[in-house]
Amino acid sequence: MRLRTIAASGALLLLTGCGAADMTRQASPFADARGAKTVTLSVQSWVGAQADAAVAEYLLEHELGYHVDTVQVDEVPAWDALSQGRVDAIMEDWGHPEQERRYVEEKKTIVRGGELGVTGHIGWFVPTYFAKRHPDVTDWKNLDKYAGLLRTAESGGKGQLLDGSPSYVTHDKALVKNLKLDYKVVFAGSEAAQITQIKQFAREKKPFLTYWYAPQWLFEKVPMTEVRLPPYREGCDADPDKVACGYPHTPLQKYLNADFARSGGEAARFLKNFRWTTEDQNEVALMIAEEKLPPREAAKKWVDSHPSVWKEWLP
Amino acid sequence: MATVTAGAPRAALPGPLRHRAVGKLLLLALAAAVLVPFAAARWGSGGWPAALTVDLSAPLGRASDWIIDNRDGHPLFLYFLGHVSNAVVVSVRAVYLVLLGAGWAGVTALGALVAWRVAGVRLALGTAAAFLACGVLGMWVPTMQTLALMVVAVAASVAVGALLGLAAGLSGRMDRLLRPVLDTMQVLPAFAYLLPVVLVFGIGVPAAVLATVVYAAPPMARLTALGLRGADPEVLEAVESLGTTARQRLLTARLPLARKELLLGLNQTIMMALSMAVIASVIGAGGLGDRVYQALASVDVGAALAAGIPIVLLAVVLDRVTGAAGRRLGTAGSSPAGWLYALAAAVAVAVAGRLLGRLDWPGTWVADIAAPVNRAVGWTTAHLHSGVPYVGGTADWAAGFTAWVLDPLRDGLQGLPWWSLLLAVAALAWLIGTWRTALTATLALAATGVLGVWKPSLDTLSQVLAAVAVTLVTGLAIGVAAARSDRCERLLRPVLDVLQTMPQFVYLIPVVALFGVGRAPAVAAAVVYALPAVVRITAQGLREVDPAALESARSLGATGGQQLRQIQLPLARPALLLAVNQGVVLVLAVVIIGGLVGGGALGYDVVYGLAQGDLATGLVAGAAIVCLGLVLDRVTQPTGRRAGKGA
Repeated sequence: MRLRTIAASGALLLLTGCGAADMTRQASPFADARGAKTVTLSVQSWVGAQADAAVAEYLLEHELGYHVDTVQVDEVPAWDALSQGRVDAIMEDWGHPEQERRYVEEKKTIVRGGELGVTGHIGWFVPTYFAKRHPDVTDWKNLDKYAGLLRTAESGGKGQLLDGSPSYVTHDKALVKNLKLDYKVVFAGSEAAQITQIKQFAREKKPFLTYWYAPQWLFEKVPMTEVRLPPYREGCDADPDKVACGYPHTPLQKYLNADFARSGGEAARFLKNFRWTTEDQNEVALMIAEEKLPPREAAKKWVDSHPSVWKEWLP
Repeated sequence: MATVTAGAPRAALPGPLRHRAVGKLLLLALAAAVLVPFAAARWGSGGWPAALTVDLSAPLGRASDWIIDNRDGHPLFLYFLGHVSNAVVVSVRAVYLVLLGAGWAGVTALGALVAWRVAGVRLALGTAAAFLACGVLGMWVPTMQTLALMVVAVAASVAVGALLGLAAGLSGRMDRLLRPVLDTMQVLPAFAYLLPVVLVFGIGVPAAVLATVVYAAPPMARLTALGLRGADPEVLEAVESLGTTARQRLLTARLPLARKELLLGLNQTIMMALSMAVIASVIGAGGLGDRVYQALASVDVGAALAAGIPIVLLAVVLDRVTGAAGRRLGTAGSSPAGWLYALAAAVAVAVAGRLLGRLDWPGTWVADIAAPVNRAVGWTTAHLHSGVPYVGGTADWAAGFTAWVLDPLRDGLQGLPWWSLLLAVAALAWLIGTWRTALTATLALAATGVLGVWKPSLDTLSQVLAAVAVTLVTGLAIGVAAARSDRCERLLRPVLDVLQTMPQFVYLIPVVALFGVGRAPAVAAAVVYALPAVVRITAQGLREVDPAALESARSLGATGGQQLRQIQLPLARPALLLAVNQGVVLVLAVVIIGGLVGGGALGYDVVYGLAQGDLATGLVAGAAIVCLGLVLDRVTQPTGRRAGKGA
């Protein structure tokens, strides 16, 4: 009997709304519980983005009286979710021209939320203790000389270039091929795995070559020096298979769901005003990742000590 | 082909069987002698021939664009999928609000009282302790979110599974139609089909619930059908002779007779739904899984554990309670009065909590386990990583394992002519099963080639084979120990419970810290995950060996070792084969997740597809994983096996 009731109630639920049901207008079931106004933020997997979200969350909750939900989503699916209204804002985007064209310009479901104030840069890095011993390693032309030192079980006779999460922007496979380097790109598959590996190498002072990006808190724990790649010129990365230049410096952007930007009231205005510096972000990120403070407490510490910065964001 | 046979060690075949086996092999050799020269001449003998691949990236790319462009306008989405999604959101929200409204005291009381009614006092206390532990860990709200999602997902899985099971149980044609589908679902790693669900429903709870239903409904369907088909024919005949209608027979005889299977199905469905809770966090399920996933991103094992423990507790409690309910069936009819008292007590506690204004878990009652756990893990990984005297560090083992086992295995598989691998798979599957299973396995392997992912598939296969070999050797050793000593088994049981239900994401990071990035940590994680099932099945199989046979061997003066080798192991052969089969399926599931720690191959492609929303890469890799699963399952599946997943 229970089976039938379950089936019947399921069917009832399906039939409750006979009109159209637009999936792009459905919020999370956990939102707005007990009458609170809810903002949903997308948190990407790297800690810098967690710091942005943690501070925004703390201020929205304590200064503006919102309830904040955070969802961890990869970068490209986050654009999807933002367009569907599943999340209200992305706090830190590293540049996705294809998605920007599709959602901001064509479908107009997403609007730009201004700059975050932080400039991001991707590159190849070696640990500083290794660069000090072999100063010429910081030029890509000399990398082949050190391929033997950078060999691991996974790189099969070549030097290992450690890459991270598949969600990150990378041309490394094409770069290695087009610069004719004696290296193999080994994908760690997630940033967590990559960081763990880097720390393990650093503990034993072993040399390594890795794809990495700044601003990133790991630099404070494992000092790293950038390897100079052929300089970036506008459009040199247009064809992903023929890239033979380094990565650009990207001013990181915020994006908001179009409906939220229109009717999100104080929260939307606050998120548009949110703008801080690389140092601010690193301070919070380091507390989260190294001191293992819960993001909420890290955000509280920063908020308590920098009132002049965030007072300007309040609407 | 020693490499492939290593995955499926087989006991010596009895006489008549060996005869048949020789016949099968001869027939296959004959077919090969005719076909291989032709195939080799036409397409060469290296890896999979390019002429036989189909490039699906263009049509898949178009399909993905179509979905994104029409998601908010096309009638299919507005009038069907939109309502499905809406129903999920509404029901999860309803359950969530009820749970929040009951407050922590009310939920704990309700859980404990329900456990008391169906399973007794001890489990009631355990249930209450488990709920309180979730609160002490600071995970009350995420636990309620996960619980709300689970309630809806399990209800939907049970409904869908029971309907399919009814159809298959009552109609022979439906059974033949559904069985291969259910068989396939059984070996399907959950990670493989997240992407299409996300594309249609978008990131969020609806996608997570639906992915969970797809994963958790098959055991219910399978066991319902099994229960209906297995009903005692004499009882049915007796009922029929009373002049009942088919409907009455179903409701009064067949369903009640099948209730043991139905409850077992519910149990399996709950376990599988819970194991999806964390994997589904990759597509925005929220709750505990999301906490684990976020902790993983900041390399915080302690926090991941704090969110993982509630999952383990929920799983163990639900498993024990439904299991106990199954055993109690038919022994003592539970009185409605008892239920009424229990319900009234739960409501009273909830109202009391409400009146006292204590709905939320008090913030001061939270214990922080993250810091000490992180210190312990850090210390262990730092000291085991390298330079341990005599045995070397784990990093050295990993490098050795990669260089001496994984590399030769992968290069060997990839270097073999494509037709020889097909032949080997056909021979193995045919020897152990029927020509049908052999055909399925061979076609499935060929399909990975046609999809254009021959090389990555073989890379994944090599990891699976290596992990299975390690799992079997360790699992058999532990299983034998557990079967021979009760004390050992009692000690092992909680460890196995925890390992079996602990979300894999929790131990991915320590595994990387120990073994570095690459295929070795993926293999290690897979071994950890598959070991409990193998140990359990082995121990159980050995214990169920006919005591009379053992007694007579003992009276003939056989030593312990002789008894084991000559009586127990041969007699437990079906259980051992089942252990191999389960081991293979479980290992594959985790080797795929190993894409997150540098396992590469198909796992990386799936992760990449999810991360970049790239349907072409992700779906092709997902399909190849399904094919590999089929190959591995059929090659290790003895005829007549029928058992639930996950032991």
